[in-house]
Amino acid sequence: MALDPETRQQLIETVRRFVNEVCRPNEQLLSETNAIPDAIVRQMRDLGLFGLSIPEAYGGLGLTMEEEALVILEMGHTSPAFRSAFGTNVGIGSQGIVMFGREDQKHDWLPKLATGEAIASFALTEPDSGSDAGSVKTKAAKDGNHYVLNGSKRFITNADKAHIFTVMARTDPDTPGAKGLSAFIVDRATPGITIGEPEKKMGQQGANVCDVVFDNARVPIANRLGEEGEGMKVAMSVLDRGRLHIASLSVGIAERLVEEITRYGSERKQFGKPIIEHQLVMGMIADSYAEAAAGRAMVLNAVRKYDAKDKITLLAAATKMWCTEMVGRVADRAVQVFGGAGYIADCAVERFYRDVRILRLYEGTTQIQQIVIGRELQRMAKAGEI
Amino acid sequence: MKVLVPVKRVIDPNVRPRVKADGSGVDLANIKMAMNPFCEIAVEEAVRMKEKSIVTEIVLVSIGPAQAQETIRIGLAMGGDRGILVQTDMAVEPLAVAKILKAIVDSEKPDLVITGKQAIDDDSNQTGQMLAALLDWPQGTFASGVTKEGDKLNVTREVDGGLQTVSLSLPAVITTDLRLNEPRFASLPNIMKAKKKLIDVKTPADYGVDVTPRLQVVKVAEPKKREAGEKVADVDALIAKLKSVGAI
Ligand SMILES: Cc1cc2nc3c(=O)[nH]c(=O)nc-3n(C[C@H](O)[C@H](O)[C@H](O)COP(=O)(O)OP(=O)(O)OC[C@H]3O[C@@H](n4cnc5c(N)ncnc54)[C@H](O)[C@@H]3O)c2cc1C
Repeated sequence: MALDPETRQQLIETVRRFVNEVCRPNEQLLSETNAIPDAIVRQMRDLGLFGLSIPEAYGGLGLTMEEEALVILEMGHTSPAFRSAFGTNVGIGSQGIVMFGREDQKHDWLPKLATGEAIASFALTEPDSGSDAGSVKTKAAKDGNHYVLNGSKRFITNADKAHIFTVMARTDPDTPGAKGLSAFIVDRATPGITIGEPEKKMGQQGANVCDVVFDNARVPIANRLGEEGEGMKVAMSVLDRGRLHIASLSVGIAERLVEEITRYGSERKQFGKPIIEHQLVMGMIADSYAEAAAGRAMVLNAVRKYDAKDKITLLAAATKMWCTEMVGRVADRAVQVFGGAGYIADCAVERFYRDVRILRLYEGTTQIQQIVIGRELQRMAKAGEI
Repeated sequence: MKVLVPVKRVIDPNVRPRVKADGSGVDLANIKMAMNPFCEIAVEEAVRMKEKSIVTEIVLVSIGPAQAQETIRIGLAMGGDRGILVQTDMAVEPLAVAKILKAIVDSEKPDLVITGKQAIDDDSNQTGQMLAALLDWPQGTFASGVTKEGDKLNVTREVDGGLQTVSLSLPAVITTDLRLNEPRFASLPNIMKAKKKLIDVKTPADYGVDVTPRLQVVKVAEPKKREAGEKVADVDALIAKLKSVGAI
């Protein structure tokens, strides 16, 4: 149920305060140590951030997508690795269970995910299966009361900290493509699971991705999410929502960058005046502001439609594509406005410039969003909806 | 024991206040408001005492406009149990606040009142003391530490030149200093739950208190603009400079 405006406002202001008082002063530390200080993770747990999207009946906040987006817009005002700490519990890691879980599965895991006591990751990507998600090779072969999982997953966010994984694996070796896939909740403690070393990444230090390797990992049949063959349906439903989350994050970061360049542009003087008064710089700042504002409007429109249970695939893809590309442009301009200072390591805009690059890649690259948009439009045309 | 914590809605400490053009006060139109930071410390202390089972109930009071409900809600989200809003659009002076609080104390019968030492808007630093006087209760002002010993409260006070500890018999009034504690963020679930907690709405007249101002604001002005500093090359230059401006 949607919150009343006053409570919603307090919620958002609390997150804003947390971002300003706790996260922003620690951005540099996060980047240098490649880890979020434990005390901050504890504060995130105490705040309830891990349970944003988990229903109240299971100890979460049960926020609507619009409310979640408003929180994530605020979280975008600081290094996105902070968001990543609880991002998989809110989004791709937990939503499979929220959307497709049986009562006992929800009961077993959601309360722990809501408090952050347990971390959930989402394991779809493999060394040979990225954009072509239907080509997943990890096998899940039925054996008595279990499925035996074999294969490896790549670039799995928070795998190093995860207690459970939502894993997509092929249950039907004779059915190639998406129809042969099923989704599973896999306990990290299952024998036969190895987690690789965290990858060294371009940005978002403090948010780790690792390989997850399954070697005869026996997963109870009861841990399957949905029916056999529904794996892709689970993944795509999770990703529709995830795309709106990533779009919100992108807009939040763009807003932060606008703040950075406006302040710097007003302080930095060249040719006897603040650089913001040079029209070419003013133009970059104005364009960035306008694009961030447009992104916010686009996100809010999409999340409201999501909450109204409109069909969202087309709009979610368009919103994710546009907002992530937009923040890329804004980050690029931000470095330009900062001049040389924007290229020096651990100036905030230099960090954000690297941090935002991933947004155009994960949860569907820009090209994949274009394909989704194009196909969906064509389908609508055929159906006479356009 | 039961604690009463007054909480004031003030201009958010993080926003830069602007003086009204006619010098009659600070312009609050469209300005973000928040709970007075010293009141937050007072709520936090009460909540910690409740967590230690010293306190059983925390009643929050705010005197101010309808929006002061939001301030009470934040306190409820931090751990307060219920609230009382004494609604008035008048600017209420410390004596009137103390009188209203006394009336509330008379009806609520708390064992302890924890107030902030001052509000950051008018910096009066009077309400707690006036309330203690009206009630004829002991007071521990500028508290930087509060501990319970038997049926007394030991309050460490930040005074000029050091710390002083006083032992208060209950009921008593405590006013909080900055270093008493670091207030928690209200958690998001508790913000949602706070909505269900009760807030009674009253008016000053309900307590028979006349809030007509007794003080007159003559003029409010911006502080003088700070002039740009000057860099000196070394210690000798610094001393010469300080001498030249008559500072040493
Ligand atoms: C930091 C990080 C975190 C991640 N977290 C997770 C996670 O938690 N869980 C998870 O499962 N995965 C995760 N991933 C994986 C991520 O989702 C994939 O990297 C992404 O989907 C792209 O797949 P790929 O890397 O295999 O690229 P490829 O699919 O190999 O794509 C390479 C290029 O080809 C383009 N391309 C591919 N197919 C087409 C086509 N049909 N038409 C046009 N262009 C095409 C792509 O757009 C891209 O430009 C993460 C990745 C990173 C880097």
